[in-house]
Amino acid sequence: MPGIQEIQKDLSDDFSLLVNWEEKYEYLIEMGMDMPAMKPQNKVDKNLVKGCQSSVWFDVQCCDGIMVFEADSDSLVVKGMVAMLHKLLNNQPAKDVLETELSVFEELGLWRHISSQRSNGLTAMVAHLKAAAVDCLAKED
Amino acid sequence: MSKDILSAKADFPILKQSVNDQPLVYLDNAATTQKPQVVIDVLVDYYTRLNANIHRGNHSLAVQATEAYEGARRKVAGYLNAERNHEVIFTRGTTESINLLAYTYGDKFVQAGDEVIVTQLEHHSNYVPWQQMCLRRGAIFRVLPLTDRGELDLALFERMLNAKTRLVAVNQVSNSLGTVNPVAEIIRLAHAYEVPVLVDAAQSVQHLAHDVRSLDADFYVFSGHKMYGPMGIGIFYGKEKWLEALPPFLSGGEMIETVTPEKVTFNVLPFKFEAGTPSVAQAIGLGAAVDYLQQFDQLELQKYEEDLLAYGFSLLAEIPDLVIYGSPAHRSGVLPFNVNGIQHYDMGVLLDSMGIAVRTGQHCTQPIMDALHINGTVRASLALYNNREDLDKLASGIRRVIKMLKR
Ligand SMILES: Cc1ncc(COP(=O)(O)O)c(C=O)c1O
Repeated sequence: MPGIQEIQKDLSDDFSLLVNWEEKYEYLIEMGMDMPAMKPQNKVDKNLVKGCQSSVWFDVQCCDGIMVFEADSDSLVVKGMVAMLHKLLNNQPAKDVLETELSVFEELGLWRHISSQRSNGLTAMVAHLKAAAVDCLAKED
Repeated sequence: MSKDILSAKADFPILKQSVNDQPLVYLDNAATTQKPQVVIDVLVDYYTRLNANIHRGNHSLAVQATEAYEGARRKVAGYLNAERNHEVIFTRGTTESINLLAYTYGDKFVQAGDEVIVTQLEHHSNYVPWQQMCLRRGAIFRVLPLTDRGELDLALFERMLNAKTRLVAVNQVSNSLGTVNPVAEIIRLAHAYEVPVLVDAAQSVQHLAHDVRSLDADFYVFSGHKMYGPMGIGIFYGKEKWLEALPPFLSGGEMIETVTPEKVTFNVLPFKFEAGTPSVAQAIGLGAAVDYLQQFDQLELQKYEEDLLAYGFSLLAEIPDLVIYGSPAHRSGVLPFNVNGIQHYDMGVLLDSMGIAVRTGQHCTQPIMDALHINGTVRASLALYNNREDLDKLASGIRRVIKMLKR
């Protein structure tokens, strides 16, 4: 399993081939569509990160300090962002999730586009996953 | 000779820029319009050459600034065909104007058991202040529902009016559906019960006829920033007899005549409603926006915008799976839609990636969204600088998004 930094590097290389925003979004949306589907029974209110314009669900499990999660959104653009987080952080040690700086979004300029969308923003999603990582580590001790 | 409408685009410097490496197509004009260079120049000139506090100094700058500010009031009064300049009060915008009336009118004229009528088509700005006032006064908040076509039912309105009705608040054009409401009729019906009417003209003053006298509106309110003027300035127009009868809203400097520990006497109109240092530069900027608008033939302008809107709807109607909301007989400025199976948010973000600015969501009109059983729309909204090419780009942008998302 490659580490977060490695995946981050690959993603950033992939994106650098895309010339404009339309292509970036197309790529992102495709990532969303390729992400393993969330089990319908996990799309429940307790997993909902409710926002102003679209809904995001995260179901995070923790096994031996490794974070495993499923996620979905009713917005295909947001789902693309979620898929990116999934690619980066799923099956990674909670410790790494907590400690690795996610620079790829900044690099891609996606931050500016998405994060202002209140709680559905990337910032909120990342915060949600980091909080889950803290819980995961606490269980370990 | 009036100004050629097709030349307008060149007057707005912001429209020359690119967004996401594409030439900007700005179709979010119901949220705020862009400003022509003449308005921007006036703001810069004010702070470069004229800045002083008004109505309270006798040095040259103060005198000139006061004259410019009062000149702007005269321009707005002229634009509205108000009978008197002092019927035009400067506020920060539509929201403040409505709150001004809700507080002052509520305090003086609304008792427990009285009724206030608004409509389901209102922006939250012309809904919540009345609802809250009714809660404070123990009055009954009544909402005229919208019809399936997204219009108001006048017969139903007439039945809601009664001897307990104290005020009617209605917009002239709905910001989320674009419905043009029969405010002249509403005013006539309300006046039969001696009930005053507040017209929220935030989405109409820049597009339709704006003659408060022929409309016989008691109160008429709007925001400068939606009619090519600066942000932070708006208008509260009221008939003199009402403005005399109402108590002041905010108190402080400027609005008083004499002050002793026991009592104050209030200043005359319009100063009674303009406590504190007003937004002088913005008011003068609004005056410049009025001058700018008046260069155009008003009927020609209206016709141009109507044709453009019809052209936009004809393009949208050809797009498969696209749903247009409401079907009112008369619409102005706004194209509200969704594409089946596509989130309005996604549509907005992806259009933005192509340089096309629209708004998505509820547009501060949750009551309308509830009535339509939807959680939001995409809204393209027009201004005088938009043209057919902008709408062609919108339509091809929507088709492109559909291709990206539906596979
Ligand atoms: C119909 C209507 N009323 C009121 C408002 C509130 O205007 P402002 O935010 O400028 O006070 C708006 C603005 O969106 C509007 O469209």
